[in-house]
Amino acid sequence: MTTPIVAAPDGFSLPDEQRRLIKWTVYLGFIVLAVGVLNGLDQALNYAHIDIFRFFPGMRTYYQGLTAHGVFNAIIMTFAFANGFVAMAVARGLGMKLNHGLLAASFWTILVGTLLTAGAIVNGTASVLYTFYPPLEASWPFYLGLALVVISTWITSANLFVTLAKFRREHPGQRIPLLAYMGVVTYVFWDISSLGIVVEVVVFLLPWSLGLWHGADPLVDRTLFWFTGHPIVYFWLLPIYMSWYGMIPRQVGGALFSDSVVRISFLLFLIIIPIGFHHQFVDPGVSRELKYAVAVLTFAVFVPSLMTAFSVMYALEIGGRRAGGNGLIGWFFRIPWKDPSVCAQVLAMLAFMLGGITGLMNASYTMNLEIHNTTFVPGHFHLTVGTAVALSIMGIAYWLVPYLEQKELWSAKAGLVSSWLYFIGVLIFARGMISGGLAGMPRRTAISLVPYAEPPGWRLAGILVGVGGSLMFIGAVLFFVVIAMTVLAGKRTEIADIPYSVTLVTPQTSGWEPGLDRLRYWIVASVLLCVIIYGPFLASQFPLQLNVPGFRAF
Amino acid sequence: MNHEAERYERLFLIISGLFLVGFLIVLAYTSIHMGVMLPGKVGVIEAKAGESLAAAVFRTPPFDHLGVKKIGPDDYEAVYFAQAWAFFPREIDLPVGARVKFIATSVDVTHGFFIAGTRVNMMLLPGQISEETYTFRKAGKYLLLCHEYCGLLHQTMHAWVIVK
Repeated sequence: MTTPIVAAPDGFSLPDEQRRLIKWTVYLGFIVLAVGVLNGLDQALNYAHIDIFRFFPGMRTYYQGLTAHGVFNAIIMTFAFANGFVAMAVARGLGMKLNHGLLAASFWTILVGTLLTAGAIVNGTASVLYTFYPPLEASWPFYLGLALVVISTWITSANLFVTLAKFRREHPGQRIPLLAYMGVVTYVFWDISSLGIVVEVVVFLLPWSLGLWHGADPLVDRTLFWFTGHPIVYFWLLPIYMSWYGMIPRQVGGALFSDSVVRISFLLFLIIIPIGFHHQFVDPGVSRELKYAVAVLTFAVFVPSLMTAFSVMYALEIGGRRAGGNGLIGWFFRIPWKDPSVCAQVLAMLAFMLGGITGLMNASYTMNLEIHNTTFVPGHFHLTVGTAVALSIMGIAYWLVPYLEQKELWSAKAGLVSSWLYFIGVLIFARGMISGGLAGMPRRTAISLVPYAEPPGWRLAGILVGVGGSLMFIGAVLFFVVIAMTVLAGKRTEIADIPYSVTLVTPQTSGWEPGLDRLRYWIVASVLLCVIIYGPFLASQFPLQLNVPGFRAF
Repeated sequence: MNHEAERYERLFLIISGLFLVGFLIVLAYTSIHMGVMLPGKVGVIEAKAGESLAAAVFRTPPFDHLGVKKIGPDDYEAVYFAQAWAFFPREIDLPVGARVKFIATSVDVTHGFFIAGTRVNMMLLPGQISEETYTFRKAGKYLLLCHEYCGLLHQTMHAWVIVK
């Protein structure tokens, strides 16, 4: 017996006006991604000593382009996609429409935030990269825009909570359907995680850029940034896990094995939030004991990803064997590789294995000394957020855009070519970045402009980055062509539902399992752990030294 | 089929968990036994009212005397400050086998302090003192780089450590 992971398996569709808002939120993400990707090409080529960033419209320096690349791709695109995709999935999971006012408010807030931030980046007053470490000081629209972008995610959470509360009132004693559960926990997790960056921006940086504070406290601001800056990667990843757990099994003709395992893995992400200090392993002013404790916690958060690897792989195996695949790995070749949505996401999973391993290396306490702030790090995160997340979003788009538009995908073949190009590209790109990092190549540096002779190993690394990055760029362009043509010229068709999966082990309504749905206890555990890790450190920083003056030479 | 899957999953997680614990033990060993230390809490530089951070740095020991100082048979101290977009001193000389404690700070923005090909790798924050010790066993011309973005000419910010 199997159980659907949604409440209304017979079908449910959102009212048109809500579907439209979700569509525009997701499209905003794609538009921003297009700009970000364009600004990725010049970075990659720069490593190969080909200078094209001077010719970019509105872009004057390498670092301005790098800021656009990071802020647009990693912050705005991912948030817009989550706001649209997760809200839609939760509504579908519960079989209930969302609160329309909140949905609209979220869209307009992220739109205004995006315009403010983009304006500041384009006019050159915010070339501070997506980490915007003070005392680098951007103009106020940059900070205000970012704050609005984050607030749009809070508005989306409010929407999810209101809708879930209504579901619980109308269905007393029922478990939260798995698809909705994953979405809600993702946003609860993010609400707690985002507090660091919101305090940093709203309490310190925005007033500072308006002249209300005289300076910044670099260590405290960095710490607040990384409080959010590590968990943010799970806010990128968890919507993708929703697809890998909740949709991919169905798309490959398989099934999800256990309902509880999925819930436990999401709860583990919720509880293990305070691990941002592992980005500060080589910072002064933070004790070694705290750094080691956080290394342990960071290793712990690897566990839910390993659980995901097992469950998703098993779902793929069920599908592959049903399609006639045999042997130890024969099933892997029988999953529907010709489906661009499946192909993109399975390739994304393969890249994620390498991303996970390199991530573990970054988090490895003393080993971090070898690679901190070298190109090893972007090598790692282009495999994770740059591929596991970005390529999965492209894969999801291959069914999501047709579903939202009620139109056929313009060309499945082009989608397949796009995915393979992107995947092969990132492998070459990451090989270059990682080897360059091990040879001492610094990240966030205009390598084509360095005044010294490059040490051995940098040249080859830079060429691989240029070649791989160009392939990724061509793959991404092809993706945008497929999506644009689907929207503009796709054939009308009727797509009744999203591809949600079923679980083999049914969720229980008695015993310990319903405890997984009592979110408030897990929230308390999460907040407690944050206080234990961050409380003593932040308390020791008082009174704050807001005395380092701003720096604007960029 | 489900029971089998559950057994495999448990096995998979146990083996993975053992790997993770093993890694952590190795990391603790490198730190405690082999003496590979991350930068820790050293100290802060506080400017008095009306004083610039740079002025505060230059009156605070050891930053009142920049450069290399021999403090033992093979032990050295190398004191630096970083300012957009240069390190001071720009070049130091050391003998092979020198055990050097690098002490550095920034007077303006966040900089990086990274000697390519070694594990000397630390962040320099305005107002914070960073420290790391490293033994140079091979002769060579080592490139000291700023590896944190610090403004328009970040890519030019470098210095040299000559070991012979």
